[in-house]
Amino acid sequence: MTSSPSKLIRGYEVVIGLENHVQLSTLSKIFSGSSTAFGAAPNTQASPVDLALPGTLPVLNRAAVERAIRFGLAVGAKVAPLSIFARKNYFYPDLPKGYQISQFEIPVVQGGTVEFFLGEEKKTVRLTRAHLEEDAGKSLHEDYHGQSGIDLNRAGTPLLEIVSEPDIRSGAEAAEYAKTLHALVMWLGICDGNMQEGSFRCDVNVSVRKPGQPFGTRREIKNLNSFRYLVDAVNYEVNWQIDQIEDGLAIQQATVLYNPDTGETRAMRSKEDSADYRYFPDPDLPPLVIAPEWVEQVRGEMPELPSVMAKRFVEADGLPEYDASMMTQSLATARYYEAAKAAGAAPKLVANWVMGEISKRLNSEGIEITAAPVGPQRLAQLIARIADGTISNNAAKQVFEALWSGEGSDVDALIEAKGLKQMSDTGAIEAILDEVLAANQKSVDEFRAGKDKAFNALVGQAMKATKGKANPALVNELLKKKLAG
Amino acid sequence: MSPKPLHELGVAELGRALADKAVSSREATQQLLARVTAHDTGLGAFLHVDMAAALAAADAADARRAAGEQGALLGVPLAHKDIFVTQDMPTTAGSKMLDGYQSPFDATVVARLKAAGTVSLGKLNCDEFAMGSANENSAYKPVANPWDAARVPGGSSGGSAAAVAARLVPAATGTDTGGSIRQPASFTGITGIKPTYGVCSRYGMIAFASSLDQAGPMARSAEDCALLLSAMSGFDERDATSVQQPAQDFHAQMLAAREGATAAQPLKGLRIGLPKEFFPAGLSADVAKAVREGLAQLEKLGATLVDVSLPRTELAIPVYYIIAPAEASSNLSRFDGVKFGHRAAEYSDLLDMYKKTRAQGFGAEVKRRIMIGTYVLSHGYYDAYYLQAQKLRRMIADDFQQAFAHCDLIAGPVAPSVAWKAGEQGDDPVKAYLADIFTLPGSLAGLPGMSVPVGFGEGGMPVGLQLLGNYFKEGQLLHTAHALQQATDWHQQAPAGY
Repeated sequence: MTSSPSKLIRGYEVVIGLENHVQLSTLSKIFSGSSTAFGAAPNTQASPVDLALPGTLPVLNRAAVERAIRFGLAVGAKVAPLSIFARKNYFYPDLPKGYQISQFEIPVVQGGTVEFFLGEEKKTVRLTRAHLEEDAGKSLHEDYHGQSGIDLNRAGTPLLEIVSEPDIRSGAEAAEYAKTLHALVMWLGICDGNMQEGSFRCDVNVSVRKPGQPFGTRREIKNLNSFRYLVDAVNYEVNWQIDQIEDGLAIQQATVLYNPDTGETRAMRSKEDSADYRYFPDPDLPPLVIAPEWVEQVRGEMPELPSVMAKRFVEADGLPEYDASMMTQSLATARYYEAAKAAGAAPKLVANWVMGEISKRLNSEGIEITAAPVGPQRLAQLIARIADGTISNNAAKQVFEALWSGEGSDVDALIEAKGLKQMSDTGAIEAILDEVLAANQKSVDEFRAGKDKAFNALVGQAMKATKGKANPALVNELLKKKLAG
Repeated sequence: MSPKPLHELGVAELGRALADKAVSSREATQQLLARVTAHDTGLGAFLHVDMAAALAAADAADARRAAGEQGALLGVPLAHKDIFVTQDMPTTAGSKMLDGYQSPFDATVVARLKAAGTVSLGKLNCDEFAMGSANENSAYKPVANPWDAARVPGGSSGGSAAAVAARLVPAATGTDTGGSIRQPASFTGITGIKPTYGVCSRYGMIAFASSLDQAGPMARSAEDCALLLSAMSGFDERDATSVQQPAQDFHAQMLAAREGATAAQPLKGLRIGLPKEFFPAGLSADVAKAVREGLAQLEKLGATLVDVSLPRTELAIPVYYIIAPAEASSNLSRFDGVKFGHRAAEYSDLLDMYKKTRAQGFGAEVKRRIMIGTYVLSHGYYDAYYLQAQKLRRMIADDFQQAFAHCDLIAGPVAPSVAWKAGEQGDDPVKAYLADIFTLPGSLAGLPGMSVPVGFGEGGMPVGLQLLGNYFKEGQLLHTAHALQQATDWHQQAPAGY
């Protein structure tokens, strides 16, 4: 459902669908009472249920369901009144029961859409589904003298697997989609978003085709845990697939891993040796029934959604759609924007600063907006000084730098100390203009002869004469008057 | 002292003797332990006996009694089928796979009976992972039928049935997936009840087929079963399939008089449905005769017999032997040599470890069912087998509801024959599967069912009458069986030598 024709790569259209594994931020596991906290000593957070000891049974944690409902509501999906847990059967040492409890035929969240901007272009990606499942444990292959260690702390951690339709047409778009999803689950408070700890993982299905042709065979890049790797992996994969096809080779359906060190993807297993998971409804768990009252209760407790908030910023604050979407990238950004606005700053100027100087500094320092040394009140003060003509935009940037670096904390004091105050005294400017006009008769003559460029030269001279402190708008206005007079 | 020898006392009688201080739990426990020592070598009912633990539990019960605590089960000895995990004794599920396995927790049923003050003497033999109907699939040893040591005790709760019939314990726990309480109860002349699916918690019961497994008591009378079931049952938050209803007093329900009943006719107004499919031409004459005698007694007590039909009775066999192995194949995946239980001593890699561990650890019948279950769930066969079986399962349950429109209870034989001779079924598993025909429909529907002794057939072997009730009608089943047992003494007959 892309809104414009896809950009082709070497004559091929790229088709991408994502599967994201989102660890839900419940205190205990999805089917046992064990803690889900990260980083505990191996196997200290594994109860008899997590170890699959004989006789143990799973009992569903309603907090995980509540988070799935929250997500479903946020993406405008159907929250299934009845969904089914199924067993996915396969043997692996970090899968204690020999099966993973997941949802197969009837997932809890069905459909929905995710919207985001790719550059200035608005994109909508449809979701197929989102289902609840349990995470497996971890196999530790180092430090065990040729043997493997198993840590079951993670076994049973609740996951929401979010599956998109193959609506994405480039690696950059895939990354933007993933970022939006990442921001959304954090916004909703259902996931801590920590990608290093595996709280948010991306599997990317990639295929290519000539425009107008049916979908090509896809390969799935597993377990990408950074947006940059996601872009790099997709770009490598796309070129690899095109190379294959151009060489007359068929793409084999496969699962591949991306190696960030080499920048390459490599097949892990092909479809031929993919397991038959023998899915069937888990007889230990009754169907998950979600009454309408439960959905309404969750709806009532939800924070204002980013899309709703963005609409409000457009309608009430007059922000352009793009700006509104940027101001709702995270709950923290939105709070910052609203606080600055509440302190009296013009909304569009706040958005400009947040998207410009502030995000530049945040990115270069790798910190969150909540840790920004220039808080929303301070920014509002700075903006007020631009608005009332005390300082120019350029001067404001200098004040901002000083505030950020801790050189000072009072906007007016910094303006004073740095001598950045604009000259807005009409009389003084007029006096300077008179001098400039007298000294530049040539330019005046040229202007009168119809050369507009000469006007700018005169403004430049006036600014130079005031060492850049004159209010440029005032200079323009007065100069026009004088030349007309 | 009571006039009867201690080992002949049932649960209720022993409870009264304990309450009257006619006997202490320690005395009862000691005497029964002595009987286990004397008789079990020949029977093979026990897989594990812990005398010290039993006596300690008995002393604790006596102390509770001395402190003024009451309770029908306080100090009563029993033993648990080895499918229930126990914290103080090993648990094997009758399998080499779990040889030496020690659970860190008690099954809910075990914990509840412990809390009620029962004294566990040990763990009882059973078919491996409860798969079997003759107790010949135990990886440790077969169990003999106390009525005839050459015959099987039934299964899979064969150890429980034999121990109760031989008067080694007044009661035992059992589990029933497709008849594993009712059929061995029938084969050994004792009384057993499988409650409605969900009445007893499955937590700590090693899973065979999760959608069918139910725990229940096995004892020598309906009254004893009622006392035990009251203590075993009730909602458990650790089992999502356990029914959310408070604990019930099944003993009171058993005693409650029917409306319109008289002293001579306590079952007046009770309509007992006889499905014609439960009385096929192939039913052994001796079984048919005993069942008819039992039914005649029920009539005498006021019940009316009505003809009903369960048209899909025969289909219950293929349906069960698809669903149960399907679930089992998945439930038994956890026995992979990684975390607990048996692991092959030598292997070349992970796959080889799995293969060798499971090839060595599981017995033939378990492997057969894992293979059947894996097959019916596999891609391309799922719809034709598993899904189809689930549809039929629903229809079988619907058939019961149609029948219950015309009757209060359903009755028939438990099994087509009396206990057969050990080894008689040879290598033909299907022959044994077919013998489950009368117990499978009720299991698939999740209904409560009982086996009540109604006399003897070929070779003097006991015959059980099966009573099936509608959902949560355990009280009605127990009431009916109790009325029968008040009027007859089949259930009091003991095998010679015990």
